Amino acid sequence: MSISLDHTRTSRDARPSRRNKLGGALALTGALTLVLAACGSDDDSDSGEGSDAVDLESVLEEGGSLTVWAWEPTLEQVVEDFEAEYPEVDVDLANVGTGDEHYTALNNAISAGSGVPDVAQIEYFALPEYALQESVTDLREFGAEELDGTYTPGPWGSVHQGEAIYGLPMDSGPMALFYNQEVFDTHGVDVPTTWDEFVDAARALQAADPDVYIASDTGDAGFTTSILWQAGAQPYQVDGTDLTIDFGSAEVTRYAETWQQLIDEGLVAEISGWTDEWYQGLADGTIATLATGAWMPANFESGVSAASGDWRVAPLPQWDEGASASAENGGSSLAVPEASGNKELAYAFIEYANAGDGVQTRIDQGAFPATSEHLESEEFLNTEFEYFGGQQANQIFAESAANVVEGWSYLPFQVYANSIFNDTVGQAYVSGTSLLEGLQAWQDATVTYGTDQGFTVNQ
Amino acid sequence: MTTLSYTSGTRDTPAVPAGRRARRRQWTGWGFMGPFMAVFTLVFLAPIAYSIYLSLFRDQMVGGTTFVGLENYERAFSDSQFWSALGRVSLFLAVQVPIMLFIALLVALAIDSGRLYGKSFFRITIFLPYAVPAVVATLMWGFMYGTRFGLVGNINDALGVALPNPLSPDLILASIGNIVTWEFVGYNMLIFYAALRVIPHELYEAAEIDGASQFRVITAIKLPAIRGALVIATIFSIIGSFQLFNEPSILQSLAPNAITTYFTPNLYAFSLSFSGQQHNYAATVAIIMGLITMVIAYLVQIRGMRKAV
Repeated sequence: MSISLDHTRTSRDARPSRRNKLGGALALTGALTLVLAACGSDDDSDSGEGSDAVDLESVLEEGGSLTVWAWEPTLEQVVEDFEAEYPEVDVDLANVGTGDEHYTALNNAISAGSGVPDVAQIEYFALPEYALQESVTDLREFGAEELDGTYTPGPWGSVHQGEAIYGLPMDSGPMALFYNQEVFDTHGVDVPTTWDEFVDAARALQAADPDVYIASDTGDAGFTTSILWQAGAQPYQVDGTDLTIDFGSAEVTRYAETWQQLIDEGLVAEISGWTDEWYQGLADGTIATLATGAWMPANFESGVSAASGDWRVAPLPQWDEGASASAENGGSSLAVPEASGNKELAYAFIEYANAGDGVQTRIDQGAFPATSEHLESEEFLNTEFEYFGGQQANQIFAESAANVVEGWSYLPFQVYANSIFNDTVGQAYVSGTSLLEGLQAWQDATVTYGTDQGFTVNQ
Repeated sequence: MTTLSYTSGTRDTPAVPAGRRARRRQWTGWGFMGPFMAVFTLVFLAPIAYSIYLSLFRDQMVGGTTFVGLENYERAFSDSQFWSALGRVSLFLAVQVPIMLFIALLVALAIDSGRLYGKSFFRITIFLPYAVPAVVATLMWGFMYGTRFGLVGNINDALGVALPNPLSPDLILASIGNIVTWEFVGYNMLIFYAALRVIPHELYEAAEIDGASQFRVITAIKLPAIRGALVIATIFSIIGSFQLFNEPSILQSLAPNAITTYFTPNLYAFSLSFSGQQHNYAATVAIIMGLITMVIAYLVQIRGMRKAV
């Protein structure tokens, strides 16, 4: 205990270089203590109160104010509970935009060196970029490695760069197919289990009602990379600053040829995600399915409340019949920017939100956790979603989480790569360019960028 | 302080050599200029100097910052995305600006003619869109352009027609032109109207006595009299066109494939800087665009002046 308090004081006063060494050594001590404690006791809750937890407790009692930038809606309740529990802490939760807009604001603040939040939501695909530029803090300084085993391997791997830990997993996004059962029933179409069936179902729905589309798609980098992930393609290989970018594999071609049919025949609605039209389309039956991550239910409940009871969840359609491959789509961590003025308190908050009481609060609102304990609990698996007509949707999500294809990685500049997705691949949706040509153009543009940025890029 | 000592100096010792006096006078001037120069340097010169400084470096994710001289400029001159962006705003300038200024002029002349019933109502109403923030205006038009749930969609449903999608790549520039015209007709109208109001009324009376028609009054009196205002409005519009950013940036979420990240030079610089982390190259693009805008605006001004003589 006294060691921890010392640690706190040292890390505030000492220079960074000394702090890191000291912090590392002390964290190691903490970890050893934890291992010993874990050996001597079966009680799980005790291990969380190791030397570091006491440290955080004092930080929390001392209080202060935090700025949190996140668009995750369930955090609002977490912040409220957190402030009620630690009245000395004042948390300002701000939504500065979703996805790209958020990163733009964050990059802006980081380059300006002021106005940087203490905590930022960063999706798994974007975290490597911030880690590489050292604009987020290695959380081992605060004992984050003690949380090893708390999270499922996918998300926990996503917040690591080598040994370093740059965020705590907030949620995960094992994919599933959300579908409007009303629409499928009305038109007597079966819910697809393979992507070939998906194309057939798209044709059947269009034939039955020209206003019904199987999905909306105007080119979305996150979706395409996830579907390629599921197909077993590995277009990105990352080894430090040595990259391989290659969209020439058979799996990529397979995806492109299947999806090309949907575009050519006008089977997908030209509605961009997260727009007003999109929400309306999901609510009124224009858009019949949505293949996305397990974090979606909360958004359905808040954004598409009018269609409550119409929607159900099914496993993601497969590339090979009878397979059960899945992929992650989205999913975020909470990270502490290097420029935060109150890192300890920030860490205390994200530990509360992502490993502590906050997790259950968020699950209760429909979020999909990354913590093994919650994912495996009977209570979680048997939860009936009123929105999905009482379906125990978590069982499908949990199974998907277990079947995520291994070996995928994102580029260390995926944010930029995604930002130019519509310049290249997106052209296939509005012009004579094919998806394959678009993907090739995307590859070329990212190779150029990577080379410009000093990476060694192989194609 | 300087001022005081100078004053007393001249009073007490009138025999100060002329050269010395002149030097002192110079400092007095700087004293008055000081506050202005400080602000001017801080908010005008410093950012430009900093941008030029930035444009001489390259910051890489791997390798850090290195001095590269004019390499960024070389890159810009062979950057097809930059030139396509410039081409797009030039086309916009060539088509949208004449249309907008013509409508604005027409409205200004109509209101000024004195034959319009409820002229202050029209003046306010036409000016009103300018008071709507560009962001809000674009969002509003974005909703109207929607072919599914927007106004275009409603018209299609009600009349059983199939209007082309205003947000498609072929029409998006025209759709943006429409928004900008809607926003700025009132503003330009006000500039023209203000210029028309200062024309002495004797001229009109004289024209009437001479039996000139209204059309003749416009071409012989009104248009020559507001030439200055026309030149100013044109220059503003040129600058506005080259700086096109708000409208495409907001419509991008509705039409991500039609509006690329290099749709306009400003949008390109923005994407480079904030998604691509290429601040140095973005600064280069900004400087080149600034120079091009200055040159074109200057040429228009020269030409406008020459005609006036």
